[in-house]
Formats: sequence, C-alpha cells, structure tokens
Amino acid sequence: MEDKKYLYKRNNIWWVKVAVPKSQRDKFGYDLRQTTGKSDLNEARSVRDHIVESLKSKFNETEKYVPLPSTKFMEKTNIDNPQYFHKVVDCQYACPAHTNVPEYIRLIAQKKYTDAYMLNWESNVFPGILGRVCDRPCEPACRRGRTHEKSVAICRLKRVTYDYKDDVEKYIPQSPKVKNGKRIALIGAGPASLTVARDLLPLGYECTIFEKDHKAGGLMRTNIPSFRLPADVLDEEIYRIINMGAELKLNSYIEKLKPVIDEYDSVFIGTGAPKGKDLKLKGREISSENIHIGIDWLTSIAFEHVKKIGKKVIVIGGGNTAMDCCRSALRLGANDVKVIVRSPFSQMKASEWEIEETMEEGIPILDNTSPKEFLFDDKGKLCGMKFEKMEQVEVDGRKKMQSTGEEITIECDDVLLAIGQENAFPWIEKDIGIEFGEWEMPVVDKLTMQSTHPKVFFGGDSAWGPENIIWAVSHGHQAAISIDNFCSGVSLKERPAPITNLVSQKMGIHEWSYDNDVSQEKRISVPHEELSKSLKNLKTEVELGFDEELALEEAQRCLNCDMQTVFEDDLCIECDACVDICPTDCINFVDNDVEEKVRDKLRVPALNLDQSLYVSGKLKTGRRMVKDEDMCVHCGLCAERCPTGAWDIKRNAYKESHTLTNKIKAKEVA
Amino acid sequence: MSFKKPINHHPKLETNKLGLTRRDYEGAVSTLCAGCGHDSISAAIIESCFKLNIEAYKVAKLSGIGCSSKAPAYFLEQSHGFNSVHGRMPSVATGANCANRDLMYLGVSGDGDSASIGLGQFVHAIRRQVDMVYFVENNGTYGLTKGQFSATNDLESKNKYGEDNLFKPIDLATMAIQLGATYVARSFSGDRDQLIPLIMGAMQHKGFALLDIISPCVTFNNHDSSTKSYDYIRDHNEAVGKTDFVPLGEEISTSYKEGSSTEISLHDGSKLALEKTDANFDPRDAGKALNFIREKEKEGKVLTGLLYINDLAKDLNETLNVTQTPLSQLQQDVLCPGSEILDEINQSLS
Repeated sequence: MEDKKYLYKRNNIWWVKVAVPKSQRDKFGYDLRQTTGKSDLNEARSVRDHIVESLKSKFNETEKYVPLPSTKFMEKTNIDNPQYFHKVVDCQYACPAHTNVPEYIRLIAQKKYTDAYMLNWESNVFPGILGRVCDRPCEPACRRGRTHEKSVAICRLKRVTYDYKDDVEKYIPQSPKVKNGKRIALIGAGPASLTVARDLLPLGYECTIFEKDHKAGGLMRTNIPSFRLPADVLDEEIYRIINMGAELKLNSYIEKLKPVIDEYDSVFIGTGAPKGKDLKLKGREISSENIHIGIDWLTSIAFEHVKKIGKKVIVIGGGNTAMDCCRSALRLGANDVKVIVRSPFSQMKASEWEIEETMEEGIPILDNTSPKEFLFDDKGKLCGMKFEKMEQVEVDGRKKMQSTGEEITIECDDVLLAIGQENAFPWIEKDIGIEFGEWEMPVVDKLTMQSTHPKVFFGGDSAWGPENIIWAVSHGHQAAISIDNFCSGVSLKERPAPITNLVSQKMGIHEWSYDNDVSQEKRISVPHEELSKSLKNLKTEVELGFDEELALEEAQRCLNCDMQTVFEDDLCIECDACVDICPTDCINFVDNDVEEKVRDKLRVPALNLDQSLYVSGKLKTGRRMVKDEDMCVHCGLCAERCPTGAWDIKRNAYKESHTLTNKIKAKEVA
Repeated sequence: MSFKKPINHHPKLETNKLGLTRRDYEGAVSTLCAGCGHDSISAAIIESCFKLNIEAYKVAKLSGIGCSSKAPAYFLEQSHGFNSVHGRMPSVATGANCANRDLMYLGVSGDGDSASIGLGQFVHAIRRQVDMVYFVENNGTYGLTKGQFSATNDLESKNKYGEDNLFKPIDLATMAIQLGATYVARSFSGDRDQLIPLIMGAMQHKGFALLDIISPCVTFNNHDSSTKSYDYIRDHNEAVGKTDFVPLGEEISTSYKEGSSTEISLHDGSKLALEKTDANFDPRDAGKALNFIREKEKEGKVLTGLLYINDLAKDLNETLNVTQTPLSQLQQDVLCPGSEILDEINQSLS
C-alpha cells in the first residue's frame, strides 16, 4: 500500500507534511508543512521531496558549522539586566512561576506565615496544593545541593505557609462590581484555567469556567490520591478563586467549541491531557474487566465509584501515575502489589521522592521488565501477565532496550496501566481555524499561548502534553496577559517586564538587615504517618508536614541567594580582603581573557558552565574582579570585609509580571 | 548578621599531600580593620603552609604587641602560639628555638614592635642566627594607637592629619643584611604572586629569614601623602626579578630568557629560581645587594623581591651544638647518664 500519510486535509486545506527528526526539533520545530491546495498525490510527492531536500541541506549546514573558539575577551557584566541576578537565585529561576523562594523562606523564619503564603499565592496560586504535590523543579536547582549536600526542602516549607497561615480572605482581591464588559470562557476547571480566572477577575473580566465533572480541580482532584493531597486543601484553594467572582459551571462538557467562541470575547482551553494510554498486547481484546487505565481508575476512586480492587495487582509504568496507582491499590485492599517498569530503575520517570515513598510502603518495583501478554483462566477471567526481561545496550552511542529472551509470568487479579497520557480534543471542530500539528497537538505560540485562532488560547497539559501543576500555573499567567492584551487591542508581543528592586542591606557598621548565620545541618525529612495507620485509609495523609520547630530549623538552611553581592569598580582598592574572607573561593582578581581561559585560571576553576561569571570593568592594576556565581553562599562577608564599600549586599526582589500585579500596581498608583 | 565564616568550602577546592585544603590552615576570622594588609599576609602564610604540606602542629607562632602581633590568631589555628611582651618576641623565639629544634618558628612583628621598642631584640636575634621566619608587617604607622609615625615612616611622608614626619626611617632589610641575616626579602601585601614564593623560600631556609612586608594601614596610612599606601607602593614598586619556589623533586616550570635565571638550592633540597633583571644585582653578594637597594632608594623606588640569600651559614643551634632532640623529649637516662659516665668525663679532664 502506498504511503499517503503525509498528505492530509485540515481546515478544508490539503497539506503536505514532513516530520522533523527528534534531534533537530529545537532548530526546525516539530514538522514542516506546505499546502498544495488539492488532493493530488503526485504533486504532494514532489512537494514533499522538495521539503525533504531543503531540510537535508540545512542539516548539512549545521553539521559543517563548527563554532570557532571565541576570541573575544570578557565584557563587564551588565547587572542592570534583570535576568542576571534572577539567574543567581537558582530556585526562583528554575520555578516556572518564578516564585520568590528565599523571600518566603525568610518570612517563615520570621514566623510571618500569612505573608509567606500570600507571596506564594501571588505567583503560584496554589501554595497549599503545590506544597504537597509540586514537581519541585526548584529543589534540584537549589544552590545548597552544590555547596553542601541536599537542597533545602523548599516544597515542604511552602506547605508550612499553608498550614500555619491565618485567615487570608481579607487579602484576596475581588472582582469589581463594575465589570469591563469582556466575557471569557475557560474550559476545564484545572490549575491552568483557575490561574487565568484569578489573574483576570480583579480586572473586571467576567469569567465562566466549564467543567465536565461534578467537582472542580481537574487532574489535581481526579489523579492525585487524597493520601497525598487532601480534598479540603484542594477545595479551599480552588474556591478561593471561584469566590473571587468566577462563574463555575459543573457537569458542563463542551461538545462543540464554535458556539463558545462565538459567544465569548476570548476562550481559554485548559482541559489537560485526559486520555490514558492503552496497552495493545496479546490478550487485551479478550476482556477489559480487570484491566484499568490508570488515570481513569484514579478518577473513579476520587469520585468514589471504585472502592475495592483484587488482592494481587500489577501496575505497569514507571511514572508518578504508576506510583499513585500502586499506593492507592494497597489502600483499597490489595495485599500483593507490584510495579513493573520497562526501563532500568535509574531511568524511571517518577520523582525520586515518590519512588522512595512507594518503596517505603513495601511495594516492589521490577525494572527491565517489558509486558508481553495478558493471561486469562478457563473462565475468561484475567489471571496474570507474561513479561520478558530486558537489558539496556548501547547501539551507536545510543542507549536501547533489548530483550534478554528470559520470560516471566506474574499472577494477578487486576492490571493498572500507567504508561502515559495523551491529549484529546474530539470536541474541537476541525474547520474553525484551530490548527493541529504533530501528534494531533494544537499549534500554540510558546510565548503568548495563542492558538492559530486569535480568540483561542491554550495552557497546561492541553498545550504541549503532560507536564505538572506549576507549569500549568505559569501557562495560565501568560495566557491571562495575552487575553488581557487581546481584549484591550494591545499586541500580544507586548509583555509586561518583570518587576525588580535591588536594595542595599547595609544598616550601619557591621550591621546588615539579613541573617547570614545559615544552618550547616543536613536536610530535615518530613515526618510521616505510621504505615499501619496510613495504609488503612485512602484519605489519611501520609506526610504530616513540618511542625513549627522543624520548619524554623529547615528555613535556617536557606542560603539567601537573593542577597546579591554587587561590586562597584571605582571604589575597589584591590586589597584582596574579599578574596581572603570568601569561604568558597568565588572571588578572584585576574587579567581579562576569553571566557574559557578566565574560567580556568580562577582560584578554583569555574567548571559549571550553567553558572555565570560576574566580571567587573578594568581596575587600577589592569585586572578584573571575577566572581564565580556557582558556589557563592551569600554570606556577605566580602561586603563586611571590604574597606571601601566596593562590595555591597543588595536584596534582589524579582517578580514576574502578571495581570494581577498590574492591577495591584494600578491600585497603588490611584 | 554573623561574622562567622561558614565552615563549608568549595567542593572542588584543591587538597595537598596531607589531604588538607587551604581552609584547614585558617584561624579565627580577623578583627583587624577591613582591608588591612596584615590580613593579606595571613592569607599568604596560609597559602604557603598549604603548598608546603606543613603540619600545623609543627609550627610555633610568636608575636609581640601591635596590630601585626594580633595576626597569628588569624592563621594556623592548630599551631602553637606565644604572644609576648611588646618587642620581646625575638627573645622568646630564641629560647623556644633552642628548646625544640623540631618546630618551625614564625615570628610575626610590626614596625613598632621591631624597629622601635624591640630593636635591640631584633638585632640580636639576627646576630645569633636564630632559625626562624621573621615577618615585619610594615605599615609605617602606629595603627593601634591611632596613627602616630613609626620608625619606618619615610621622611617625606605626612600622617593622616597632615603633619610632617621629622625623622629618617630605619630600613630593617638593609640593617638585617648588614647584621648577617641569611635570607632577606622585601615585598608588598598586595602582591601575592611575589609574596608567596618568598614566604615559602623563607620557611625552607635554615637560619634567620627576614621578610619586610609593606602592609598598608587602610585606616591611618592609606592616604595620598603616605608612602606606604596601596597606590604609592603600586606606583613605586620595583621588583628585583621574579622569584619562584620549586618544591623538592619538581622541575622549574617557568621559563626565563637564557642566562637570566639563577637557581639557589635550599637546605631541604627545594630550590629558588631567581630571574635576574639587572647585572649590578646579585642576591648572593651582600655588598652588591646593599648598593643596589640604595641606588633604587635614590630613584624613589621601593625595591622588592629576594634581596639577599646565603644558604651556607650556621644557625644558632649548630653554633651552640644544641641537641637535636627537643628538651621535652629528653629522657632521664640521657639527662643524667649515671656515675660511670661522670667518672669518664672527670678522668678525661685530669
């Protein structure tokens, strides 16, 4: 049969499409396409050949291109660029919502829990939820992991702000009585839509949220078991937004998008990636009775449609959903739960801490094991699965899984499939101007979240596939800015700049307004409920959270990376006092050179290329001050020991702009 | 805010043969004024001990009174120390040196402690060839008593309040050469590349080693009419040539123009490689060295580098034939060898 897949029809137009190899996607995007205007296979073939040829020639160009080693000497660092010091605050920089972590940890240390909560709420919207289940990109980024051993327990400290806050309702902005006349439809009541609503409501937008289920929350409610995220935390933070003045329409599955687009000024789609992948193996067609799609099964538990499961359960998959499935199964009465993972243990997708907790509950994880067949007994009931053992081999420098030939059979009553999820937009008409690309994913602008239909925006998992809550929040903020611009007739490319404030912390001689006496202790682990109790009840939260004493102790581990060392060239007398006092040998006075050589000639060579060098202008002796930001512990001793004040410690408050902050600013001005 | 220096160090910080990092040679956090040259000297001593793989418990730090004499608290926390009466450090060093030849003696003094109240002690320690490194942290001012002129302050210099200095300075380096010190160097606290090899050479040298280190006082003597300020020294510094310390068993890595470098072996087998920049100067010839220093002085330059070295002279303990064993380790049977030996001695005298 002739391959015709590359010729397809979308929005009544015939397209020829060429998929781009994975390695080149950063450069060329997912697919290249060109319209032919008609369904002519011969013409399509020649167009396709043409695209392929031109693509090939581009590949060759990139292969031939060998970047010459830079011969340019280093330039003075421009600290006026707000991103320079932002990048030094590793946790904040890594957070998709750019939450000011050091600031809220300092507020915790001062026992100002409510302030700390509000600071979180402003940027990440769901501190209580994220403080329990965030994917925590901040923690692997945490400087403490480099200078000491383990990162600060940032996520668990976020939970502390929720657990110990006072009433925050009086600080929550409300929708004004006089609306601005613009109506926004938000489809799916998950974190992305809720963030958009929160950002737009105080500006006078009328927001209507459509949710297919009978409760709001999206995957936060349906896919995260309540032993990790209790329902009352979820309800509090969701209804905090709804109560700002959003209209929530439950049990409202949108069947067609066109009428919604026509009725509203703008539409935001935050419907997640709701379709769990199936495993089409031998035997799958025989029965579906005891074979469950993981996320659907978790949803059924959340809505209490499912209350029990067989004694022997196999969970297939190595991601966080698999971890949630196996632990839920244990709580629903299973006594022999196994997780089967195709890849080696070290390459499992699940977060390290979720794997740890799973194993602490006594659930074995069998890695390098690939499912082969579903097995049934005489009565046609599922009785087990056949697997083959795999091994990882290297072929042409690339790692590949390969069968060892060994087969094993594992008995079971139920199988839970947690091998990934996909987006599904059966309800979006194909001819209304919303273009879909590779893997049937909508074509969405990375910056503005706008689809190919100007009124329609995407965010969260529905935009680029499964991510996590904090990304959905970040998308929501950006989409809200775009929708606000769109409804006000402003170009979507005009994004509000981040708000920064760099303020000296010097109070007087030997006095600085921050505490640099950082704890040298190891990371404190969060206390857990006793297994005997937590395994009995699906709703018993496993993690107990830090008590106040532990929280304050852990908060003291934060290195205050937002306390920036700022260098003034003109004041320096090159006495080297800062070089001598620096505990981590970050500060150097060297002759200028190309970056590679400068990095090499520092007291301790700066080998972490992800971290910047802070370079001064030319000093009196012709040398430059070069500080390797990598290991700076922000103790401030350089500034304390500087005789001329050439070093100062300045707190860098960096805040991403969203529509809500604009609104608050407008209010302050008024 | 705390002034404790965090204990964690850069995870990739170099370690020496003893498995120690530079930070293991530190002391308490300095309480001297921020930017004090003395702190740079402490850092250079730390770096030198680290590079020489010195075991801290085999070092004794001795000092008198003054800002300089506080400095030993800020390096080598695990070494022995003695903070003596003003200007009397050389006596204590002499005694300690005879009592225990196993330790390395670092005397830390200043221009007041050595050139004024302690001058008499200073010259006799040199005359007797006490095996020690004698640091003069020379800032030309009495910093601890609010900035009066010291005996090393130059005639044309003014103090912070604009008053003229009426007396000529004492130059401890030329004085030491004349008195027979066997290792004399001058350096500047702000030039660590020059200072560290000189300290390492002095530590490995047997005999009296004087390091006259100009160390600006940021609080009282770093003004425009000072001749011991950071700016003045940077402008008037003239090095006699580069000195490299070459540890035992290592090759000289720096390349000099042919014929322009000299190697001097130290008693432990390590070497000093000297770059010669002027034909009139030879650090092994005391007369030439003194002339050269005076010539440069007339030109208004401060001559720095290794000024004089003689690695063949006897030290005090050799002259006095002092026992190799530290007195504290001498056992009863050695100290009191018995009547038979006494008889032998008596008979040898008859």
